[in-house]
Amino acid sequence: MNQPLLQVREVSKLFGPHAEQGVPLLKQGYTKERLLKEKGITVGVGQVSLDIREGEIFVIMGLSGSGKSTLVRMLNRLIEPTAGEILLHDRDLRKMNKAELREVRRKSISMVFQKFALFPHRTVLQNVEYGLEIQKVAKKERRDKAMQALELVGLKGWELKMPDQLSGGMQQRVGLARALANDPEILLMDEAFSALDPLIRRDMQDELLELQEKMKKTIVFITHDLDEALRLGDRIALMKDGALVQIGTPEEMLMNPANRYVERFIEDVDLSKVLTAARVMRRPETVTLDRGPRVALELMRERGISNLFVIDRGKRLLGVITAEDASRAAKSGAGLEDILITDGPRVAPDTVLSDLFEVTSSSKVPLAVVDEQERLLGVIVRGAVLGALAGEHHEAKEVSPDEVHTEIAVSRVD
Amino acid sequence: MKSIPKLPLAEWIESLVDGMERTLGGFFDGLSLTIETIVDFFAGLFLLPHPLLFIAIIGIIAYLIGKWQLTLFTVIGFLLIDNLGYWTETMNTLGLVITSGLISILLGIPIGIWSAYSKVVHRIVSPLLDFMQTMPAFVYLLPAVTFFSLGVVPGVIASVIFAIPPTIRLTYLGIKQVSGELTEAANAFGSTSWQKLFKVELPLAMPTLMAGVNQTIMLSLSMVVIASMIGAQGIGATVYRAVTQLKIGQGFEAGLAVVVLAIVLDRFTQNLFKSKTQRGD
Repeated sequence: MNQPLLQVREVSKLFGPHAEQGVPLLKQGYTKERLLKEKGITVGVGQVSLDIREGEIFVIMGLSGSGKSTLVRMLNRLIEPTAGEILLHDRDLRKMNKAELREVRRKSISMVFQKFALFPHRTVLQNVEYGLEIQKVAKKERRDKAMQALELVGLKGWELKMPDQLSGGMQQRVGLARALANDPEILLMDEAFSALDPLIRRDMQDELLELQEKMKKTIVFITHDLDEALRLGDRIALMKDGALVQIGTPEEMLMNPANRYVERFIEDVDLSKVLTAARVMRRPETVTLDRGPRVALELMRERGISNLFVIDRGKRLLGVITAEDASRAAKSGAGLEDILITDGPRVAPDTVLSDLFEVTSSSKVPLAVVDEQERLLGVIVRGAVLGALAGEHHEAKEVSPDEVHTEIAVSRVD
Repeated sequence: MKSIPKLPLAEWIESLVDGMERTLGGFFDGLSLTIETIVDFFAGLFLLPHPLLFIAIIGIIAYLIGKWQLTLFTVIGFLLIDNLGYWTETMNTLGLVITSGLISILLGIPIGIWSAYSKVVHRIVSPLLDFMQTMPAFVYLLPAVTFFSLGVVPGVIASVIFAIPPTIRLTYLGIKQVSGELTEAANAFGSTSWQKLFKVELPLAMPTLMAGVNQTIMLSLSMVVIASMIGAQGIGATVYRAVTQLKIGQGFEAGLAVVVLAIVLDRFTQNLFKSKTQRGD
């Protein structure tokens, strides 16, 4: 899963007379400005290296002119790099001849374009079939595959329409279906949703994530929009002036910006949509079911808290008990299982904070954060959510690192 | 400033033409034979059925590619030509137009594509086309006669030279107009150059290209009429004779036949491409 599928090694694209002479100078540390001034060479993309892992959505973000579109076009050599290596399954795309490159474009890497780039003289179905048609796939087979792709993007029944009869969002679904029909390993999406209006855009982002759940493709997504990058990206690479500024998960970007540029880029981000439950949870106080109510009461008094989580020996969450119930049980001689509240709220560690507000405000007992095996990872107390949004990033330090996502380790730096 | 002696441009051209005639005589003879065969084939084909049967067939085609208005006009127009007694001449002219139009298209479209793909070719072809279009059409008749003597063939050659520029220009334009995004998409999916040309560029260039073809056919009709001066048979010859003999009535009748033919050819070529794009391939 984490094997790099596509490796980009010191890839540059320089423009101007004798552009190739600029590469060694760039390696010596010439700045973009100096190259332009002294040699008349413009740097489109300078010395970029990155790994794209199988199955991830890798977002390349940057403002216009940052070189992100040039970079993505070098991944399938629509633009010839001036220098560097682009390794797909350890094979260098730059060393391929025309026929080999065509094979890669037909079978391994498909592209979705900002302005859809649908063929206006072909029907929706014929557009989706295009990639298979030029591979000379038999008519019936390519029709079937194209229909499947159209069904996947929710356009069944529209196959005989012409592209200009469709709305922007639907046109881009056709663009997506056309790219998916080839069943490529890698999808390059160049500002794929930027031409859509905001509401449609959100829908498309959600659908892409949904599709990705099913397909597990490797997606390289180009955008200038930070919100989009944070919503979609498993990892984000931020580009400026043709160079990489920072690569990391959305959380790493927000919590540990590499420099002032990244800081300024992210300062308006809505944290509640990015920070997750794992970030604000505390270490849970627990007791096993075989202890009596008196032990539980004693533990609560020691820690100064009013409830305890009950787990089994496999750390699986059974429920929660309150101090009130425990003291009553101690008097009446009942066991912990009699006072166990089993229907308390539980959330996954990757739930974003904006989804937690409602749960925390309506619940009497603290929120339990559990993994897929129902093992207790942490607890979220009221106030921690708001605290995190106010910029207190340190709560998570109390959680033992082996239980929590690796992202948290990064935040310890600050 | 003293007057510079006149450049012997006329002499140069004449000696060039003479030289070509001497060295390339065999080639010209072969070409001449080929063109004559094609013209005879078409003229023969059009004259083969009875005029009424021909009119019926052409009427059906008009109905298939256009509307009933076009059918009505075509049928009435051709009946009129037959009635006035210019049927043979008109069909001969049609044969000439189809031949020179066909040659222009078969040469012009590849040249147009080539110049869209190669800047060098475009830089050579473009001024040549300017030259061909602005030089008075009659001038082509002279070398054509020199190489191919009098008759049908020099008429066709002169028509091709005169009529080919719009096809080349508009093919070039049509392909250049295809948006860069679409050719990029075609490349991104792994098209070969031929696949890109035939599946993306040419279909999208088709409306523009067909406008060029339409222009070429109209120009070759006008040239074919002029070509009657050097002995090409057909309705043009009738017009020319009527003019030289001051027979105004006959001149008008024959001229009317040319107009009918022109309108029918124009509408046919226009509708041919329209019905194609409506089908969506």
